[in-house]
Amino acid sequence: MEQDWIWGLIGGLVIGTGGAFYLLANGRIMGASGIIGGLIDGTGHDTKWERIAFLVGLALLPLLLLPLYGTVDTHVTSNVPVLIAAGLLVGIGTRLANGCTSGHGVCGMSRLSLRGFAATFAYIFAGGVGVIIFRHLLGVI
Amino acid sequence: MRNLFAFIAGGLFGTGLFISGMTDTTKVQGWLDVFGAWDPTLAFVMGGAMIPMVIAWLITRRRTASLVGTPFPPKPSTKIDSKLIVGSLMFGMGWGLAGLCPGPSIAALSYGGTGLYIFVAAMLTGMAVTPILRARLDRAVPAE
Repeated sequence: MEQDWIWGLIGGLVIGTGGAFYLLANGRIMGASGIIGGLIDGTGHDTKWERIAFLVGLALLPLLLLPLYGTVDTHVTSNVPVLIAAGLLVGIGTRLANGCTSGHGVCGMSRLSLRGFAATFAYIFAGGVGVIIFRHLLGVI
Repeated sequence: MRNLFAFIAGGLFGTGLFISGMTDTTKVQGWLDVFGAWDPTLAFVMGGAMIPMVIAWLITRRRTASLVGTPFPPKPSTKIDSKLIVGSLMFGMGWGLAGLCPGPSIAALSYGGTGLYIFVAAMLTGMAVTPILRARLDRAVPAE
């Protein structure tokens, strides 16, 4: 547990390197919700293959690393109504706000974007309030 | 070439999410849980990710185009509208509920199990219906 923050920092550097590479190589912002959402609602039709290639890389590398770690538990809840509500909120929320943790958080704040800071403040605030309500008050998560 | 670069960027993103532990929902919820056993890992991930990104944004100022010749993203808008705030509050609530956001949910596809698939299916559904909601919101609250 004590070295978790070191792996967090190293992982963060790798995430940032991915974002930096995507920006400098393809001229694009590495935002997961935008890359996925553009495929789903058709707004990203012209860059369809670039988006698919990104998502294949995103899903494939953890699969390749998995044997080094043995088992990795995501601890995803088995509460189906919670999963559906959370998925809908994340899907709708990130598309309405035009970004998520990677787009507004990593890419937006690193260029001192006002919208990036506002969005990040709002979703961390709501996430904290959500955990208070659903964990400590209602006990559903 | 463009697709290969995108694949590499996605691979780095997935690798970083995996080794940082960000596909473990307890670490994300632990970071949001300021009244419980608070877990600072996410702050280190965010901070670490900022370093290469800040350098990359500085490099874009000295160059006119990306490696593949496309222009860099335009200067960010400074307009804080209701969609940005309402959307981010909704996203944050869902993020806290499940401990998942879009990037890690795709990164963990190969080992997340049934619960993750249910989350991803709901997320994609939400993304699919958003254009309809957005159009209604725009009618209800005319854009400034």
